[in-house]
Amino acid sequence: MTTATLTADHGHTHGAGGAATPEHQPHHTTLGLDHRKIAIWAFIGSECMLFISLISTYLIYKGKSLVGPYPHEKWTDPNTGETFNAILNIPVTSASTFVLLMSSLAMVLAHNAVINRTGKAKWWLLTTILLGTGFLGFQAYEFTSFVHEGLTIKTNLFGSSFFTLTGFHGAHVTVGVLWLCTLLAIDLKRGLKPEDGLIVDLSALYWHFVDVVWIAIFTLVYLIP
Amino acid sequence: MANAADAHGHDAAHEHHPTAGTYWKVGIILTIITVWEVWAYYIPSLVASRIFIPMLLILSAVKFAIVVMFYMHLKYDHKLFRALFTGPLLVAMATVVGLLFLFGKVAVRLAA
Repeated sequence: MTTATLTADHGHTHGAGGAATPEHQPHHTTLGLDHRKIAIWAFIGSECMLFISLISTYLIYKGKSLVGPYPHEKWTDPNTGETFNAILNIPVTSASTFVLLMSSLAMVLAHNAVINRTGKAKWWLLTTILLGTGFLGFQAYEFTSFVHEGLTIKTNLFGSSFFTLTGFHGAHVTVGVLWLCTLLAIDLKRGLKPEDGLIVDLSALYWHFVDVVWIAIFTLVYLIP
Repeated sequence: MANAADAHGHDAAHEHHPTAGTYWKVGIILTIITVWEVWAYYIPSLVASRIFIPMLLILSAVKFAIVVMFYMHLKYDHKLFRALFTGPLLVAMATVVGLLFLFGKVAVRLAA
């Protein structure tokens, strides 16, 4: 690409001079921005609306469950006399939050490794995948323990809104892990080059978005009583 | 080409693209803030105080902004990308505030 180069990390043209204009690039808009990157940002914007609707639902129903178990308080069933502890496990969720934050760090280092040819991209991608899978493991453990403690999606308003919100987030993490697996497969097969920086950037943007959604969920659902 | 670069005003931004060292520093800051949040959760007097929830919301917003600015490169990227993200985010924030006033505890307090 002598006339214009698609920057590995930002998805718009600049280069060493020449006649090519941004609109002559195969993936570029008249603004000189790659349409795939515009698309992922528009998608992330729409995802903001999806998750805020789920978070709003959780907040509106918060404290309105007629029966337990409750997230932060003990509850005794008046019919059976059985006592249920506060259901949220903050230490476990704190660990999973840390794991997801570190996966974002690994992802951005993977992207950095691709555009700077450090040769460590596959290791950072693998680290991100493992951390993302670890987060899903924490979530599977949490969901399973909740069900064993008597909270299902049908138990009360808290259970319905909690499982819907965190379940949707977990589904997004799962999609992100699969997406990263495809990048790792490409890297193992032919090696990711700086020219591939944009496809790594697109997945990184999605992954970081999933991380920032969890930052909000962790505070609003888990830490605020 | 100079025209294309100037038109978008990004060459300077590329020069200031974060390094791996910056990413590590951001990771450490995110970890410290998370530890701070969890530590605060286990102090009953702090949880009972009026500053607890605002403090957590501010810390969460700081973490959110740091990830978006540095890891998602929005600080260095084209303003169109910034608009595509912050526009829906502002609408979403307005929506959640409006819904809480209509149906949440805020509405209950106003009614009382």
